[in-house]
Amino acid sequence: MIAAMFLVVALIALAAWVWARAKAVSLAAGDPSSLHSRPAYHGLYAALWVMLIGWGVLIVLSVASASYTQNTLMNEIGQAAPETLRIERQLILSDARAIAAGTVASKSGPLREDIALRYGTLSQLSFWLVLIGTGAAALAAAAVTLRQITPEWRARNRTERILRYVLMAMAAIAVLTTLGIVLSLIFETLTFFSNIGWRVDKFLFGTTWSPLSGVHSGQMDPNKVGAVPLFAGTFLITLIAMIVAVPVGLFAAIYLSDFASARVRAIVKPMLELLAGIPTVVYGFFAAITVAPFIRNTGESFGLSIASESALAAGVVMGIMIIPFISSLSDDVINSVPQSLRDGSYGLGATKAETMRQVVLPAALPGIVSAILLGISRAVGETMIVVMAAGQGANLTANPLEAVTTVTVQIVALITGDTEASTAAGPAFTLGFTLFCVTLAMNVVALRIVRRYRELYD
Amino acid sequence: MDDVRHLENDVTTQTPKITATGVQIYYADNHAIKDVNVEILDKTVTAFIGPSGCGKSTFLRAINRMNDTIDICRMEGTITLDGQDIYAPGVDPVQLRAKVGMVFQKPNPFPKSIYDNIAYGPRIHGLAASKAELDEIVEKSLRRGAIWDEVKDRLDQPGTGLSGGQQQRLCIARAVATAPEVLLMDEPCSALDPIATEQVEELITELRQNFAVIIVTHSMQQAARVSQKTAYFHLGNLVEYGETGKIFTNPEDPRTENYITGRIG
Ligand SMILES: Nc1ncnc2c1ncn2[C@@H]1O[C@H](COP(=O)(O)OP(=O)(O)O)[C@@H](O)[C@H]1O
Ligand SMILES: [Mg+2]
Repeated sequence: MIAAMFLVVALIALAAWVWARAKAVSLAAGDPSSLHSRPAYHGLYAALWVMLIGWGVLIVLSVASASYTQNTLMNEIGQAAPETLRIERQLILSDARAIAAGTVASKSGPLREDIALRYGTLSQLSFWLVLIGTGAAALAAAAVTLRQITPEWRARNRTERILRYVLMAMAAIAVLTTLGIVLSLIFETLTFFSNIGWRVDKFLFGTTWSPLSGVHSGQMDPNKVGAVPLFAGTFLITLIAMIVAVPVGLFAAIYLSDFASARVRAIVKPMLELLAGIPTVVYGFFAAITVAPFIRNTGESFGLSIASESALAAGVVMGIMIIPFISSLSDDVINSVPQSLRDGSYGLGATKAETMRQVVLPAALPGIVSAILLGISRAVGETMIVVMAAGQGANLTANPLEAVTTVTVQIVALITGDTEASTAAGPAFTLGFTLFCVTLAMNVVALRIVRRYRELYD
Repeated sequence: MDDVRHLENDVTTQTPKITATGVQIYYADNHAIKDVNVEILDKTVTAFIGPSGCGKSTFLRAINRMNDTIDICRMEGTITLDGQDIYAPGVDPVQLRAKVGMVFQKPNPFPKSIYDNIAYGPRIHGLAASKAELDEIVEKSLRRGAIWDEVKDRLDQPGTGLSGGQQQRLCIARAVATAPEVLLMDEPCSALDPIATEQVEELITELRQNFAVIIVTHSMQQAARVSQKTAYFHLGNLVEYGETGKIFTNPEDPRTENYITGRIG
């Protein structure tokens, strides 16, 4: 119904566009320069208004009539069966809807039949309301905008203004959603902290992580929400990942930007970037199924006992995942070091490697540092690989051959676990918020470095 | 007057520093330099003039093998420096470039301190045995670049913080620091204001005492002011080469005359 009306409005808009254009053309009477705005703008102006008004009214009417129907029926159920709980009433209503729609309801009975009838009437009513209201609004908008067309009418400027507001609204949606997410993170985090008696220190510095072990008693134990093992695990895996990714990525970038021939570069660069397109879940089972057993078997042949899930396996695979990230960002910054600097160095009799080490890399260093920071924030937030390959136990260890757990793994465990979501959400959101703060800080620092560096050369 | 006497001495008594024979240069299919033969004299400023795209920079860059860094660039013929073929298989272009310094159109100081900019070449080529010796080279080069007085109190500050004219003199000093025998300058003043240009021109006249200087320029006045010999390039051909005074007052080729009188630009 709503989709159909949506289309109807679009059709009216199309008609308005054609009509307005035609009217403008006929007003011009063969002399296009007599119009302030070209006919296409008159058309666009009319169409934009029809769409804005039509879709706006459609949304408002649909939402309003749906909520009116809902409220009225809930009231009526409440009057007919005052002893029912709210959740039961909702069940009755959804059964009534099913009956009205002719599908199978969970239960039937006289009350449900009655409500189904009422529901039928009310939804009939709102159907006509939405249909007529929206249609009328769209047509009115078309009529008004068509009337306004004169040779002097500044449709072009006005269209531009409308488009500006539309763009602004889209940007606002993006910003507001982000804001909403951040606010809810903060709110949940505060709730969690108040549940553990504001012992933020226990969370940040405690070494035992088992937040749900006491929840049956309805109490969170501040001594069991110590996130240090998770921070340590995250740190260990990130460190291993960067030990793999930074040298490989950086040297690959250096090779590609200054040493590879144009042909090699044209082939290798897209391939490296392809690596970035592999879903992390694939890396994850690659780590769990191929790399981790390989590491364990290799270790065993040296007489080492290695857990089947280890920080090393997860870290190495995560490093591989981050290589293209670091190499392509570094390649960009190395390329943006002006050729004139390289020429200057070659002109003094420096070799390629000397030029790279002493002129190009120092000049590109800020950009490379920020590429590494962005890589780290990727590693810290990466989930799939560690879920599959790093283990679950909150071990506090610096040994890369043991299983460790990370912040992201614990969030997954909390949310997908058996405990009721509302209870588990507290620690999960708090971990998420911590993660968010860390990655945000790193991204901000990285972007600032990049910006300062850009200013230097542009 | 003094200059002219000097010039006559040089031209008559000197053996050529650089000799190009049958030089052809191609960028892929683009024939940029066509059969150029020229002898460049030592302790002389030679100006390359000609319309844009006629191959001045290309030919200049052939003299220190900078064209080697461009993949699609190919050269035929020979260029000798003091009688040695610089394109012979045994010659290392990297060492050649220490002997044939280059200054570019846009000042390109490295994003390092003023001191490190100058010390860059000497360090790479191991020209200084000690820190004191390096200090000495830096000071001497900056003096020859006629910029010592302006920067002596801030040698540790970045070279990129200098003004355009200072940067260009810094780059000249940087090129001088590797003790080259030839100095190639590709439109060294085109990014400079008139005052900085005058300073650089004075500097070029100074440098001539010690080096062969080749300067590409679009300014006829500049060529007339600083050079003793002038080469006119046209569409990849070396059309005319001779004493600057003669080229500007009495050119033999009509193309040269057209260019000098402003009919080709
Ligand atoms: N790096 C390059 N790659 C391809 N063609 C080039 C390159 N540099 C110069 N050329 C070509 O060589 C010709 C001569 O250029 P150039 O030597 O720069 O002229 P000038 O310095 O006299 O203005 C021009 O046709 C130019 O397009
Ligand atoms: Mg040029």
